[in-house]
Amino acid sequence: MKTISASPRGRVPWVLLVPALLGLAFLVLPLAGLLIRTPWPTMGTRLAQPEVRDALGLSLFTATLATLVCMVCGVPLAWLLARVSFPGLRLVRALVTVPLVLPPVVGGVALLLVLGRRGLVGRWLDSAFGITLPFTTAGVVLAEAFVAMPFLVISVEGALRAADLRYEEAAATLGASRWTVFRRVTLPLVAPGIVAGGILCWARALGEFGATITFAGNFPGRTQTMPLAVYLALETDPQAAIVLSVVLLAVSVAVLAGLRDRWIS
Amino acid sequence: MKKSLLALALLPVVLAGCGSTATKGTPAPGRTLTVFAAASLTESFKALGRTFEAAHPGVKVTFNFGASSALAQQITQGAPADVFAAASPATMKTVTDAGDATAPKTFVKNRLEIAVPPANPGKIVALKDLANAKLKVVLCAPQVPCGAAAIKALGAAGLKVTPVSQEQDVKAALTKVELGEADAALVYRTDVKSAGDKVKGIDFPESLKAINAYPIAVLAKAPQAALAQEFTQLVTSAPGQQVLQQAGFEAP
Repeated sequence: MKTISASPRGRVPWVLLVPALLGLAFLVLPLAGLLIRTPWPTMGTRLAQPEVRDALGLSLFTATLATLVCMVCGVPLAWLLARVSFPGLRLVRALVTVPLVLPPVVGGVALLLVLGRRGLVGRWLDSAFGITLPFTTAGVVLAEAFVAMPFLVISVEGALRAADLRYEEAAATLGASRWTVFRRVTLPLVAPGIVAGGILCWARALGEFGATITFAGNFPGRTQTMPLAVYLALETDPQAAIVLSVVLLAVSVAVLAGLRDRWIS
Repeated sequence: MKKSLLALALLPVVLAGCGSTATKGTPAPGRTLTVFAAASLTESFKALGRTFEAAHPGVKVTFNFGASSALAQQITQGAPADVFAAASPATMKTVTDAGDATAPKTFVKNRLEIAVPPANPGKIVALKDLANAKLKVVLCAPQVPCGAAAIKALGAAGLKVTPVSQEQDVKAALTKVELGEADAALVYRTDVKSAGDKVKGIDFPESLKAINAYPIAVLAKAPQAALAQEFTQLVTSAPGQQVLQQAGFEAP
């Protein structure tokens, strides 16, 4: 508000302000509605139920693990896209962003066809190592990582492109190898971008529903994350669904707010 | 600030405006009958829908198939629909209790079967085989009618089965078997039949202890109440019953 009144360009035009406020209300009102309908008096007893704790614990655990997986593979992938020129670069970048626009359920089906027990890779995993991924917690992590990784890659690639290349060039002229430059110069330079991308990635993984229920199924304590618990609770016990939703909302807001002040500006 | 409050106050008006233009957008002469039906009714109701459309020129029947419990939730939250066909009286009761339908009528019965992949890798012959912890068994979630029926059947047999997943509706459970991801699933015999040779069905005597009655009702706020009445009449008529029984349903 302060910057608006201090602006030399005069009042904010109505044509922009009205739709902007409508948009704001549209985004905020449903959340307010959720809080208004929350059965606060019974909140404590409902939260103490083991199913709620299981689902919340599993959600936090799998989202964190999925983010780590995304970091380990996604940061090098972003570096490849930003710093190495090779034929088909544009195609590769387009492919990386596909899961961003793909309906997550489709992602889940695709994962089943590749990593399922009868899948292209999954068949071999099963016969050679006895590993089957569907219906396991590892399957939840994979489903979440599949959907969330593009968020990390895009945001890290953006940070890499915005970073000043001269530092890397200076290090290279002083004889540093490409790996040393990456480790000692590039990484510290884009650390805020990586953290921001990691948070986006974590938040997306936490909210993942379609790919998870399709690929990993739904079993309390093993693959039933919070969004799945909300969906199924809504069918028979809407009050429980509201409580679960409020918890998920609180966790997301707390993490985003807490980290935002520190790392993202 | 006062003006921004005004904008907020106007929001419902604007949104309501959007909603009504959307419904008015449908062409005037054609009418649409909206039927919410349990996932297990997918194939037979689609066939009945075509019959209904042929007998009523200008009428289009659209379906929303899903877990009955999810559909019941949508209806009580105000989803516009004309007919609701549920896979259990309990789910229909949530709709009638909310005053959204009256006088539901049972039109078919259905029971469970074990669905296994055609090669039957788990070598399953009876319900008790599902208790083998090495097998990957998929059930419907307990909130969904087919899940409730599975619990009843397993309880009647005194069996404890730990599934690898509790699926959100019966078709999702069946799909896991079709894809070979699960060794077995408890689904309705009608689902086994509709899957053709993609799965094999194994009948089990305990299924008689968990027979689901399917109720159908015209919804209180049905935009096409007359058509809805005619559709439920088709479903309960002799030709309608024939389609349903061919799909594996039993007479009520």
